[in-house]
Amino acid sequence: MELAAKHFKTNASKALVDQQLQKALGNVQKGFITKRRKSAEALPEFEALRDNARDIKNHTLAHLDLYLEEYETKVTEAGGHVHWAETAEDARRIVLDICKKADARTVTKGKSMITEEIALNDHLAANGIEPVETDLGEYIIQLRGEHPSHIIAPAVHLNKEQVEGDFRRVHTHLEDSRDLSEPVALLSEAREVLRERYFTADVGVTGANFLIAETGSSVIVTNEGNGDLTQTLGKVHVVVASIEKIVPTLEDTSQILRVLARSATGQDMSVYTTFSTGPKREEDPDGPDEYHVVLLDNGRSSMLGTEYQDMLRCIRCGACMNHCPVYHAVGGHAYGSVYPGPMGAVLTPSLNGIDETGQLPNASTFCGRCESVCPMRIPLPKMMRHWREREFERNLTPATARYGLKLWAFFAKRPKLYRLAVSFGMPLLSLFGGTSRRFKSLPLAGGWTRHRDLPAPEGRTFLQAWAQRDTLKQEATSHGSTP
Amino acid sequence: MTTAHLAAGAMPRVGLFATCLVDLFRPSVGFASVKLLQQAGCEVHVPVAQTCCGQPAYNTGDRADTREIAEQVIEAFEGFDFVVAPSGSCASMLKKHYPGLFADDAAWEERAQRFSDKCHELISFLSDVMMVRDTGAALEATVTYHDSCSGLRELGVQQQPRKLLANVDGLAIKEMTDSDVCCGFGGTFCVKYSDISNAIVTKKVGNIDQSGADMLLAGDLGCLMNMAGKLKRQGSGVEARHVAEVLAGMTDQPPIAGSGK
Repeated sequence: MELAAKHFKTNASKALVDQQLQKALGNVQKGFITKRRKSAEALPEFEALRDNARDIKNHTLAHLDLYLEEYETKVTEAGGHVHWAETAEDARRIVLDICKKADARTVTKGKSMITEEIALNDHLAANGIEPVETDLGEYIIQLRGEHPSHIIAPAVHLNKEQVEGDFRRVHTHLEDSRDLSEPVALLSEAREVLRERYFTADVGVTGANFLIAETGSSVIVTNEGNGDLTQTLGKVHVVVASIEKIVPTLEDTSQILRVLARSATGQDMSVYTTFSTGPKREEDPDGPDEYHVVLLDNGRSSMLGTEYQDMLRCIRCGACMNHCPVYHAVGGHAYGSVYPGPMGAVLTPSLNGIDETGQLPNASTFCGRCESVCPMRIPLPKMMRHWREREFERNLTPATARYGLKLWAFFAKRPKLYRLAVSFGMPLLSLFGGTSRRFKSLPLAGGWTRHRDLPAPEGRTFLQAWAQRDTLKQEATSHGSTP
Repeated sequence: MTTAHLAAGAMPRVGLFATCLVDLFRPSVGFASVKLLQQAGCEVHVPVAQTCCGQPAYNTGDRADTREIAEQVIEAFEGFDFVVAPSGSCASMLKKHYPGLFADDAAWEERAQRFSDKCHELISFLSDVMMVRDTGAALEATVTYHDSCSGLRELGVQQQPRKLLANVDGLAIKEMTDSDVCCGFGGTFCVKYSDISNAIVTKKVGNIDQSGADMLLAGDLGCLMNMAGKLKRQGSGVEARHVAEVLAGMTDQPPIAGSGK
């Protein structure tokens, strides 16, 4: 998708008045949060598991080169192929080449944010290969020509009535009498249509939740079973994954799996957790003839050793956006980037640079709820602040904000001058506050008073009143001591 | 940090960091803080060389100005046994964020760390350090309490205000839905992203109104001004006050943003 992060503010304002969207966003706030909380509370060691998950990834990132090499060796030993892709363009080219060699006409796809990041669908389609999304949510947004608005629930911005409309528009075989009012009816309709596609697809593309160095396996975590069909039924299975998906061992994988689904959907485990190691062996009843892994860097290795390295621990559970008041208010599309919400606000500038994406790390109240639920304990607000620092250093912060801040800082750093100014200003402002003790509007305070009243100050500042109180006390004491 | 390090029987010397919003907009919270601290047996000082904790600069990415302001605060307050602020967000700035500003300067970093150990948010200081259980206040009111984000998530302020409020004569607490969800203030966020902030605070005041309480309390003036301003704009009769005003029994001043609809 085209990066539109610089239009965040405009898009957010539109989202706020989009009634359909607002109705759909109500579901995010109700479902995910309660489910995660119940599931975390039911597991006494949940907090300890989070620590452990963080430590595993920190260790892996500290030795990423070694684990990547070990992983490549194991994949090759299992009969698979590893392709190194430095950029999104490299990854697109590699996948297209594999598809062309397989003479592919259609490609089924499991849900994968990485293929969104490299805009694989558009590239395949432009080269005459039809990509078919098989995850229900992805399938729906593909019909609509949209991008995911959430990393684990791509169609969370839609209501079921909208989906029914899309199905009736595209699935022309549908009879008017067919009842599609319930989500389960929509699901079975999508299943029927997609079932055919699995059998005719030449190549299946999936992402990966984990790549295991010890075994050379890729792991996908799904709830619909579509990923398994995608990767087993095609002649060729292509895994597209970024380099930080590596974990050292199977044991490490199972440790992190214990926090992943709980944080994401509140499940103990997702319905399917599927490990793939190489192509079909002789004794296997089914599986692909070829197994390829495209390892994508796309800017991640340059995050290593920087203050953004912790972001590479992210396991894409979506808990940060599920708990974010800003995401709740505007939804995922407003961010104008592949990855929305708090994790996107840190990752997008890392991948695309801060010049065009400065809005994202600024659009946060720093309430810290994202960090408090992140299974990998990623300090998201801190890293958003670091992006603001990079912006400020390079004078990318909007001029009004910069000059306003500098003026304020000039006084804040000079207590005497500050005292003088506020001792004069606040009582005056208080006077204008009248009997209502609030302002409906005030010059230079439009950003505030557009939506809410501004409380009037009481009068003298606290330090002013305190000093006068001190003086009165001293006078009283000195008078008292006069004979 | 407890009072154990102080000489037996000595009154802890507390530097009150009033915070810029209390200083400018609501001095009564400053006086309520002084009263509560004195009642708890502290000797309270208010250094004049205080302006702001530096959060506006810090959260805009201006590290240089933040650091200068932090040095100024540390110099003015490091001589006290404790530094107390009637705000979770400013206290957390002093306690959790100052040391990180000096990562490239070992001497200052150590100084900032020593300073940080002394810093506390007012209500948790009264409860956890001074072991106050009952402030002796009385108020006939039904209140609902909003957990401000930094105090809650960075300093663990949650039960302390509720326990102290439970011992205020005549006062009843009615919890609102999602009391731990942000009010949409976020410092400069509320003017930079005015529409989004409005959507968040609209949800918040909906929950406040639905709680059935007639008074909103919180421990941070920024959040309170935001919520009170929205309550009044929507014509709500709910009155907003800083929790310290109620605990100190000092509710003579009109509420934040006035009373009435």
